[in-house]
Amino acid sequence: MSFDRRSVLKAGAGLFGAGLVGGVGRPAWAAADMAIPAGLVDAAKAEGKLNVITLPRDWANYGELMDTFAKRYGVQIDDANPDGSSAEELQAIRSLKGQKRGPDVVDVGPAFATTGTTEKLFQPYKVATWDTIPNEVKDPNGMWFGDYFGVVSFGVNLDVAKTMPRTWADLLKPEYKGMVALNGNPLGAGAAFGAVYAAALGNGGSFDNINPGIEYFGKLNEAGNYNPVKGTTASLTSGQTPILINWDYLNLAIADGAAGKANIKVLLPEGAPPFGNYYCQAISAYAPNPNTAKLWLEYLYSDEGQLGFLKGFAHPIRFNALVAAGKVPADVLAKLPSADAYKAVTFATQEQSAVAKKALADTWPKVVKLG
Amino acid sequence: MRYAVPYLFIFVFVALSALFMVAPTVTLAIQSVSGPEGFTWDYLRALGDYRYVSAFRNSIVLSAASAVVGVLSGGLIAHTVLKPGAPRGLQSAVTSFSAVAANFAGVPLAFAFVATLGSLGLLTQALKGVGFDVYAHGFSLYSITGLTIVYSYFQIPLMVIIITPALQALKVEWREAAENMGASDRQFWRLVGLPVLAPSILSSFILLFGSAFSAYATAYALTSGNISLLTTEIANVLSGDVMSSPQTGAALAVGMIVVMVLVLGGSAVLARRAARWQGSRR
Repeated sequence: MSFDRRSVLKAGAGLFGAGLVGGVGRPAWAAADMAIPAGLVDAAKAEGKLNVITLPRDWANYGELMDTFAKRYGVQIDDANPDGSSAEELQAIRSLKGQKRGPDVVDVGPAFATTGTTEKLFQPYKVATWDTIPNEVKDPNGMWFGDYFGVVSFGVNLDVAKTMPRTWADLLKPEYKGMVALNGNPLGAGAAFGAVYAAALGNGGSFDNINPGIEYFGKLNEAGNYNPVKGTTASLTSGQTPILINWDYLNLAIADGAAGKANIKVLLPEGAPPFGNYYCQAISAYAPNPNTAKLWLEYLYSDEGQLGFLKGFAHPIRFNALVAAGKVPADVLAKLPSADAYKAVTFATQEQSAVAKKALADTWPKVVKLG
Repeated sequence: MRYAVPYLFIFVFVALSALFMVAPTVTLAIQSVSGPEGFTWDYLRALGDYRYVSAFRNSIVLSAASAVVGVLSGGLIAHTVLKPGAPRGLQSAVTSFSAVAANFAGVPLAFAFVATLGSLGLLTQALKGVGFDVYAHGFSLYSITGLTIVYSYFQIPLMVIIITPALQALKVEWREAAENMGASDRQFWRLVGLPVLAPSILSSFILLFGSAFSAYATAYALTSGNISLLTTEIANVLSGDVMSSPQTGAALAVGMIVVMVLVLGGSAVLARRAARWQGSRR
């Protein structure tokens, strides 16, 4: 029910990380591509500390990123409340205001980034790679900016579903009867809501119009292809829900974890714009170690830091720029759905998704009816 | 001083009820009428929305249906194994199994049924193998009927457990007396057995109704809340990522309390009527 980003991505980061990181580690693009403002490193070293919050070590590869950063700059990182939520991160800024142990930098969902900006909890900063961050996922004043994202994908257990569905229309075919599942109710689970939104984009809808997505699931249900069981790692691996529509990083982690047990492939629906969701970095207005916070962001948004996220299956926000520059190693790409599919990723604004949620709450129960 | 100890216990009981039943109920009621700008009927009025009306209907139908199935089947099973002359060992086997099965619920239960009776389940596939496709004949595990079957899995054993003591309390002498006066088996049950058992059966029904009414995990795992039930709707607005509206959750919970109070009230009336018969016996 909860956003299960934490639980599933963990597995992926660990497995994938261990295998590939050795080769990616540092040399190739390490310090070379980091255009760090003069004096920042010295200022950060003088502070010698960084307070981060709610960064699980096995989430988006944060463990390795933190270790590398700490070692390279001789900074001591304190990760408070690793399994908390975005709301708790903002609350920590508010309640630890002026204290040495207050968070320096946070990683929150877009809705919370907006709240924090309105409440003046953040201070502006623009990293060296600012220009390669897409405009719609950053605050023009640098109060917050997107760090990594996921998109809606099909995770398919090919031991049960014999052929790979490639488009939203494919899922309606009789051969997939009883096979297509979501990770929960779109009125309660983030990824399931994303799936309906994505289906809307693939069936003539837009960010302003989620209705075609709801109608699509109505059709899927009438065809008997929609399986209302809550899709989980176990149900996809065992084949009880052979097709699971979920965030790509969750499906990829499941596929990776099931290697050797089940043949699971992950694909972004073809012939439709991908639907994505992202997280944001922001520096606290009351950061006790502001220079180290800035250096940390420089690191996260450098090629090395961004590829670090990718090793945890989370697509870095500069993914398309990195691919265009040929900076993503082939063995990393080989584990992911085609990079071309990510080129068209765009994100709904919060106003748009609020309208969509309202429409969904009103019509979903009427359109998708179980006997 | 003679009553000091009993009064102490009564005090503890009242204090606990106040803390864990009355206080939360009052809080819920207050929350359900408190909007951002003070008092409002909006959240309670929203219960008239289609999705919540259908949640009420589904929850009540499912709870009543599975409770009826549970009371009938569980009662008959308990009666059969407790009958004099029933095979030795059968009773303890049934009781032990019931104790386990009555507690088998939630996600594991849902998954077990998906693996057995789901559209790709073992039994479904086996039946298909012999030429009978249950899904083509209108059956679906992901329907009120399906949920009723799944719920029966813990409702029936629960009934067996709670009705057994009442059945054991039926005195053999009553039966013998009835038989001496020439009563048939059917007459005995109609005139003696069932009337004596009526209050127990009624309270069992309420217990079963309540246990289905408040169940959540099984239904959610099975249907992702697409057969909307009150419990799944509360979870959506309370802990979901998509919509956050604790007040609507509180309003739904108040609605659930009202339903339970009505069920309890109705059964109290029936129980009083049943007790009249017993009273005249003394």
